[in-house]
Amino acid sequence: MKLNHKSSVLLVVLAVVLLFLPFIADALLGRGWVRILDFALLYIMLALGLNIVVGYAGLLDLGYIAFFAVGAYCYALLGSPQFGLHWPFWIVLPLGALLACVFGVLLGAPTLRLRGDYLAIVTLGFGEIVRIFLNNLNAPINITNGPQGINMIDPIRLGTFSLSSEQSLFGLSFPAVHLHYYLFLACTLLVIFISMRLQDSRIGRAWAAIREDEVAATAMGINTRNIKLLAFAMGATFGGAAGGLFAGLQGFVSPESFGLTESIMVLCMVVLGGMGNIKGVVLGGVLLVLLPEALRHGAGPMQQAWFGKTYIDPESLRMLLFGLALIAVMLLRPAGLWPSRQRQRELTEEHEDYDSTR
Amino acid sequence: MDILLQQIINGLVQGSVYALVALGYTMVYGILGLINFAHGEVVMVGAMVALSITQVLAGYALPPMVVLLISLLVASMVCMALGYGIERIAYRPLRNAPRLAPLITAIGVSIVLQNLAMIIWGRAYHAFPPLLPDSPHIIAGAIINEVQIAIILVAVVMMTGLLLLIHRTRLGRAMRAVAENPAIAALMGVNINAVISITFMLGSALAAVAGIMVAANYGIVHYYMGSILGLKAFTAAVLGGIGNLRGAMLGGVLLGLIESLGAGYIGDLSGGFFGSNYQDVFAFFVLIAVLVLRPSGLLGERVAERA
Repeated sequence: MKLNHKSSVLLVVLAVVLLFLPFIADALLGRGWVRILDFALLYIMLALGLNIVVGYAGLLDLGYIAFFAVGAYCYALLGSPQFGLHWPFWIVLPLGALLACVFGVLLGAPTLRLRGDYLAIVTLGFGEIVRIFLNNLNAPINITNGPQGINMIDPIRLGTFSLSSEQSLFGLSFPAVHLHYYLFLACTLLVIFISMRLQDSRIGRAWAAIREDEVAATAMGINTRNIKLLAFAMGATFGGAAGGLFAGLQGFVSPESFGLTESIMVLCMVVLGGMGNIKGVVLGGVLLVLLPEALRHGAGPMQQAWFGKTYIDPESLRMLLFGLALIAVMLLRPAGLWPSRQRQRELTEEHEDYDSTR
Repeated sequence: MDILLQQIINGLVQGSVYALVALGYTMVYGILGLINFAHGEVVMVGAMVALSITQVLAGYALPPMVVLLISLLVASMVCMALGYGIERIAYRPLRNAPRLAPLITAIGVSIVLQNLAMIIWGRAYHAFPPLLPDSPHIIAGAIINEVQIAIILVAVVMMTGLLLLIHRTRLGRAMRAVAENPAIAALMGVNINAVISITFMLGSALAAVAGIMVAANYGIVHYYMGSILGLKAFTAAVLGGIGNLRGAMLGGVLLGLIESLGAGYIGDLSGGFFGSNYQDVFAFFVLIAVLVLRPSGLLGERVAERA
């Protein structure tokens, strides 16, 4: 990546803003918004992971949240009173990622022959299966504690440094949400870096080739089976790692957080932001976490201010507006808000070609 | 023996509903190559509208049969208008867009419909009035009530009608032509936009009927009832081979049977380890197994080449 003067200035400004963002949000909007920032970072990681599967390799995955669930439950089971285990963070998190990776291969292996929407429904089914098992594995042997979920999960601890207690440095005090923010930011930057390097690598080009034309890719000597499995495994690994971080931040996991809606949300982030483009996916993740929250804070008070009373349930109104926003954005920018240059080129080349979309 | 028969009857009833909804998915998919994720919500709207009609008509002391017919009619009309609107607003402008764009608008439409329904009808579960006498009939030890008999009969009639429409009429030929190749169909003088609109309206009318069936069978309607039903019906459509009408019917009935037999016997089969709460897992496992062995579904021929 060559940096000219303008973009390096931008990068520095961005870095400074990101560094002070929790303090800015805390001062202007309140502590709750720092937590929302934490979640935004988590979802960006998830979206970037799914972007590898959907954006790079072109495999539509509707059950992606299952890997998030595997990572989260792995962390929860090995670091909570559930089994009395309290393994350290830096063992549990990689373990969760690895386990998610295994699940990714397990899902990928039997579905390699499937294409397009058949793959979509199988991944969807897989996601539901994982959720239903988490929901029901409390009897006859109690493993996941069923719908109640697992409580009192150990906070993220790096050595003796606990992220759940307030720390101070240079006279600045860092509450728990701020500390999580910095850890998640570092992880997100790492995921972005890996995604960028993957995209330009031999593997990344192989994924693009499969996405564009699988038959041609095979003819060019790409081992489509292994490369597709790799996409599933990579995406799942990121999802699993994000899941571990989620469990550590929340201190609580339950099957409810891992439903089809969440899978679809992550997919929306990828597609709405711009499939295959890292900046776009990050933008999509930020928007789809912040927009519903902003609407949550806006929908009720706004009605009060305008009409003097609350006519419509703010919760429904906010989701209604959210749905309308999804439709509007896709109608105005069908390739996503910030599409990758390659995709844009494809689009302009084969417009008015209704038949080729079949 | 009577338990087996009972599970089969329950499965057939549930399967008939799945089949009707699956037809809506499969028709749209056959023509546009698009998963209409909002279809489940159309089912819900159908049931909700029918509920409102019965509440409005409750004061007029009409015979229940007439109330049922009127609510069927009105719900179908509303859903057809809805289907037409969804296609015009959310799908038509994106016909040449990247493949996943209409998927996102479909999800958007689904969120909008669900929350509109919540605003109009509220969050509560509503009791759906019994319009048919639910007097039980006993066949070889198994119980079937008149609502269930009606569901199976109506489903069979509607499916036969649809097959006749698709295979025997001019409109059906136009639909098949558009499904085969829209560009060539247009050259042959088929009005593609009209055919696509009609397809959406037909699918939505079937969805409305299915919605009323579910409402009558369980006696409960809820703003959230569409999503899980839509998911199952879509699974059924894929199971049978998406884009194939007979496949959707077969897939729907099979899924209903698998679910009810699975839920009934999984406890015995696994020595009590798994209970009927694993019913959904059973359905999805069968789906995955079928697709791994036959990647294009039971009756499907065309494999979606795009990804």
